Amino acid sequence: MPVLKGKELRIVGFLCNWCSYGGADTAGVGRFNQPTDLRIIRVPCSGRIDPLFIMKTLLNGADGVLVSGCHPRDCHYAEGNFYARRRLEVLHRFLPILGIEPGRFEYTWVSASEGQRWQQVVTRFTEQIHKLGPAPKIAGPAASETLRQMEAAL
Amino acid sequence: MKIGVFVCHCGSNIEGTVDTAAVAAAAREFPGVAFATDTMYTCSEPGQEEIVNAIKEHQLDGVVVASCTPRMHEQTFRRTVERAGLNRYLFEMANIREHVSWIGKDREANTNKATELVRMAASKLLHNRPLLSKQFDINKRVLIIGGGVAGIQAALDCAEGGLEVILVEKTTTIGGKMAKLDKTFPTVDCSCCILGPRMVDVAQHPNITLYAYSEIEEVSGYVGNFEVKVKKKATYVDWDKCTGCGICMTKCPSKKATDFFNEGIGKTTAINIPFPQAIPKKAKIDANFCMKLQKGKCGICAKVCPSGCIDFTQQDEFVTEKVGAIVAATGFDLFDWTVYGEYGGGRYPDVITSLQYERMLSASGPTGGHIKRPSDGKEPKNVVFIQCVGSRDKSVGRPYCTGFCCMYTAKQAILTKDHLPEAQTYVFYMDIRATGKNYDEFTRRAMEEYNAKYIRGRVSMIYPKGDSLLVRGADTLMGTQVEVDADLVVLAVGADSSAGAAGLAEKLRISYDSYGFYMEGHPKLKPVETNTAGVYLAGCCQGPKDIPSSVAQGSAAASKVLGLFSKDKLASDPQVSVVDIKRCIGCGKCIKTCPFGAIKEIDFRGMKKAEVIETVCQGCGICTSTCPQGAAQLQHFTDNQILSEVNALCQF
Ligand SMILES: Cc1cc2nc3c(=O)[nH]c(=O)nc-3n(C[C@H](O)[C@H](O)[C@H](O)COP(=O)(O)OP(=O)(O)OC[C@H]3O[C@@H](n4cnc5c(N)ncnc54)[C@H](O)[C@@H]3O)c2cc1C
Ligand code: SF4
Ligand code: SF4
Repeated sequence: MPVLKGKELRIVGFLCNWCSYGGADTAGVGRFNQPTDLRIIRVPCSGRIDPLFIMKTLLNGADGVLVSGCHPRDCHYAEGNFYARRRLEVLHRFLPILGIEPGRFEYTWVSASEGQRWQQVVTRFTEQIHKLGPAPKIAGPAASETLRQMEAAL
Repeated sequence: MKIGVFVCHCGSNIEGTVDTAAVAAAAREFPGVAFATDTMYTCSEPGQEEIVNAIKEHQLDGVVVASCTPRMHEQTFRRTVERAGLNRYLFEMANIREHVSWIGKDREANTNKATELVRMAASKLLHNRPLLSKQFDINKRVLIIGGGVAGIQAALDCAEGGLEVILVEKTTTIGGKMAKLDKTFPTVDCSCCILGPRMVDVAQHPNITLYAYSEIEEVSGYVGNFEVKVKKKATYVDWDKCTGCGICMTKCPSKKATDFFNEGIGKTTAINIPFPQAIPKKAKIDANFCMKLQKGKCGICAKVCPSGCIDFTQQDEFVTEKVGAIVAATGFDLFDWTVYGEYGGGRYPDVITSLQYERMLSASGPTGGHIKRPSDGKEPKNVVFIQCVGSRDKSVGRPYCTGFCCMYTAKQAILTKDHLPEAQTYVFYMDIRATGKNYDEFTRRAMEEYNAKYIRGRVSMIYPKGDSLLVRGADTLMGTQVEVDADLVVLAVGADSSAGAAGLAEKLRISYDSYGFYMEGHPKLKPVETNTAGVYLAGCCQGPKDIPSSVAQGSAAASKVLGLFSKDKLASDPQVSVVDIKRCIGCGKCIKTCPFGAIKEIDFRGMKKAEVIETVCQGCGICTSTCPQGAAQLQHFTDNQILSEVNALCQF
């Protein structure tokens, strides 16, 4: 599905089921308007998010990736978000080495009650991605081969 | 796979900003999709029937419903597809209401987004596998944390229902705030007379074990099989022997200890039983004020105690209890009102809190039920009440309404007149919120029969004036400034979450809001459940509420526990991790990272391998992202399933 021409960019969110997905629901129930670019993938815990998911998402053409979990110490699975924080922090520092602007990836914590905060996070991140513009795409006849090689390298 | 897609209008909730027919039309082109339609209310009976019929008619073996959040209706639709003979995990949901139609009005963008969410769901579904749950045994005992009126109600209802109950209370007596109240609105019946007998029932019920002056140290396990470590704090008194005679209190020479039960009105002895009806009626030594524990001198209580129960060497003790369900009923605490500089910030002795006033009104309180000014012990003539102190006030970070202060202020105005017929009461208020049964009539009585002068407006300043206080505020109805001479000022201080609420929530793995109040499973439909299976809520820990509502929640939580325990076995959630023994290299990384100790090392033909203990695994998937081999895979959220969602979005 092509992104809406001129209107949207491709932004993918990975949200934990217990806090942030609930926070996004709370924002919906409260009718807190948000930009429409974001597509949310639900995972049980931010600790389930493999940094490779984010890499694959970015390499496959996403313009931005947003990860959100429970606030530190508030994890439904006790310590999943601590694992997530360590992994995602490393990933964040690693992005420039792969030629990806670090501003295209962000992680944050939003609880199930923070509907308004979710609205602010989405709005801000979407604006940030629009400022960066569409990510350079791996294109041309050798694109799929390049992608395969890059993924293999990861 | 033959997938059926059902796109819900949800009345106009979705259809209003999403073209559901266009979403269904687009879905027909997605890989695997054999059937797609839009329906008015998918969750309604006819809506669910439509799914069942379509599964049969088109031989579908997977279903996508695009509607509200899966946190709302995933269970509903899983049961629907099960009725049609499909495994309940061959089902996916696309959230096109909370995440689409309700957060934007652009119909074109919404329709496009909804279509993509359906594509994501359908591509994940192609990788779904049928999963079956296992049955496991449950421990039919319940832990109740907090012995206020809500916890007491939950404990008694559970005990009457035949369950073994463990009640853990932080202070030395149960009763909570209600035990401190003099009378209760809207009937003005004596608080201790209605609560006292229930407290005695707790003490005497054969099914209830009470740990007073105890706290939760650690919680592990899961619904049906929790293991809880309780810390019994040192009281320096052997409670097995203490008879509550109180002789120690009459002889203790340290008489300046903080009187927590009486909210600091007056002082008490270092060894102390908080009030005559305390349950358990046992003495405790306040180590900060005990001369023996501080300086090694004294020990008089040990000499006078007829049962020889004083033990200055006593240490904290730990007990472990196994339970199948937990009810949190930890109540509230008063907001720290001293941030209000305009009310003196705590400098004026004759500005007191509503709860201090309750103790003063109570016949068992430090003044024997006489209203006396803390500064000079004189009877006040003019008593001024200020409402909404730490409620409905963004400037102190408390925008919410506590809900019961309007009512208890009216009660206290009435009681003031009962105690001191000559007194005049004034109430500064913002609005009067009296929405319960007989509540508005009650506040009217305070004004009409008891002549309380209600002034609509905020107080801007309290000044000392001679030996009394000058209260200056606005009367917004008259549009004037008012000044009232006050002998005593009572602040209707709002409710905060109870001290330590967040820490306990973390142990219980439940969520709390930004004020520390615990989050219910659903604001309307699951008022006493949490998002953690087997953990329930009752009373003010969920949000401020009055006694009738707290009691109702206590009973509601008990009925939930009794319902849970009505089965002998529970079905485990099959969304657990599984280790592929062929790929596992036995590195043991997953064993180390699993927060629940759900993975054990096994020996497989002489090789080290990992194996998940199905009933212990909570399904977080941390092991899956840890395993370097991709051997540990969380069912229903495998790498392939998540990546198929990524691909559905990105490769087009
Ligand atoms: C001044 C005043 C007057 C009021 N008057 C009325 C009235 O007239 N009528 C009316 O309907 N309502 C009245 N209320 C409201 C009433 O007090 C509450 O509705 C009621 O106390 C709520 O009961 P609860 O059990 O939820 O909480 P609480 O009464 O706060 O009880 C909670 C209990 O849990 C314990 N606890 C806390 N944390 C822990 C922990 N971590 N571990 C173990 N135990 C813990 C506490 O020590 C306490 O015993 C009044 C409130 C105030 C402040
Ligand atoms: S998913 Fe893995 S890490 Fe999480 S509880 Fe289960 S076995 Fe442990
Ligand atoms: S992390 Fe993976 S490879 Fe290592 S022991 Fe666990 S399942 Fe086996």
